[in-house]
Amino acid sequence: MSQSRLNIITNLGLTVREQLGHLGHATRLFMRLLAMSGSALKRFGLVRDQIFFLGNYSLAIISVSGLFVGFVLGLQGYYTLQRYGSSEALGLLVTLSLVRELGPVITALLFAGRAGTALTAEIGLMKAGEQLSAMEMMAVDPVRRILAPRFLGGIIAMPLLAAVFSAVGVIGGWIVGVLMIGIDAGSFWSQMQGGVDVWRDVGNGVIKSFVFGITVTFVALYQGFEAQPTPEGVSRATTRTVVVASLAVLGLDFLLTTVMFSI
Amino acid sequence: MQRSKNDLWVGLLVLIGAAAILFLALKSANLLSLNFDTSYKVTAKFDNIGGLKPRAAVKSAGVVIGRVETISFDDKSYQASVNLAMESRYVFPKDSSLKILTSGLLGEQYIGIEAGASDKNMAAGDVVKQTQSAVVLEDLISQFLFSKAADSSAPMAPATASADKK
Repeated sequence: MSQSRLNIITNLGLTVREQLGHLGHATRLFMRLLAMSGSALKRFGLVRDQIFFLGNYSLAIISVSGLFVGFVLGLQGYYTLQRYGSSEALGLLVTLSLVRELGPVITALLFAGRAGTALTAEIGLMKAGEQLSAMEMMAVDPVRRILAPRFLGGIIAMPLLAAVFSAVGVIGGWIVGVLMIGIDAGSFWSQMQGGVDVWRDVGNGVIKSFVFGITVTFVALYQGFEAQPTPEGVSRATTRTVVVASLAVLGLDFLLTTVMFSI
Repeated sequence: MQRSKNDLWVGLLVLIGAAAILFLALKSANLLSLNFDTSYKVTAKFDNIGGLKPRAAVKSAGVVIGRVETISFDDKSYQASVNLAMESRYVFPKDSSLKILTSGLLGEQYIGIEAGASDKNMAAGDVVKQTQSAVVLEDLISQFLFSKAADSSAPMAPATASADKK
């Protein structure tokens, strides 16, 4: 009886110690990546290939999703606004929701699914194939050579993708609102221009997407780097990337929104 | 070979992203309209500004001729002090009056300016005192109720008097 109770306490201690260890590993990796970003920029060829891999390949899914989110926002927003006789404010509603929230958040979620998983699987398999150990044997730092360019590539690609998402979404809202439903185009744009502020709304949206880019890319790299070097371990790490990155993005979004738009 | 191809596509992605940000900044947030070449500053005192916000338009005859810069509270006169940036190419008589108007039923509030008859023109740093406050819905309703009560007080008087006796 007392033996099993002791076991429970021992397990608790073990779990806490493990979690603290993960946290420490993650912080150390993050610090190393930040410190190496400068030297990674000097070999821009590596970073550029990663922007190409993470950014250009994600462009199609991001712009198509943006278009459809814009369509749906236009339709749903119209039905609600029309009840209060202010359907001209549709442009404002679509743009503010896209630029402030949906653009950065949905792009980050898609980015985690489209690019984050690829990063985790790639690095996890490199680890399983002992390529990372081989690099260390040749006195090449895998964090500097493999992780840092991917980190920078993700950080650069993510705000660009979020901006494309928002812009395409606004055009989607315009297609539904003005072309299909028939709201006056002049008031659609003028209400939008009257209510959207460049720094407060657009600027904060860009800052958000930048933070999410760091979050998603780092989670993906960390999960790949710390994966068990087995097929099962890589598959688990890939799953964890999507779960952890999505939750982190949603939690951070709430935090950033309270700080940015609290006044 | 492979590298130059990647360069092209990455450059394209950066261009598309920059175009998207520019589109959002210029078309959605109308950054260009902020950049008046020159403007002169005028201060206006209002008893109540309602929901007026910084960057709201100043319109004359429906045409935008300036913007609200800052709004602050003057604790000497207990009035709102609104700083306006007016476009230099438009001049107004010194005794022009300002009022806060609303575009549509639920629209944005803006400042309407009506030209006065003075020979002198408004200059930078002037304080406009002839202003009309924003319409506050609660005040309107209470005015309406008071006038309603005043109208019906004559026939209602005996009824209330008899109610008092009981």
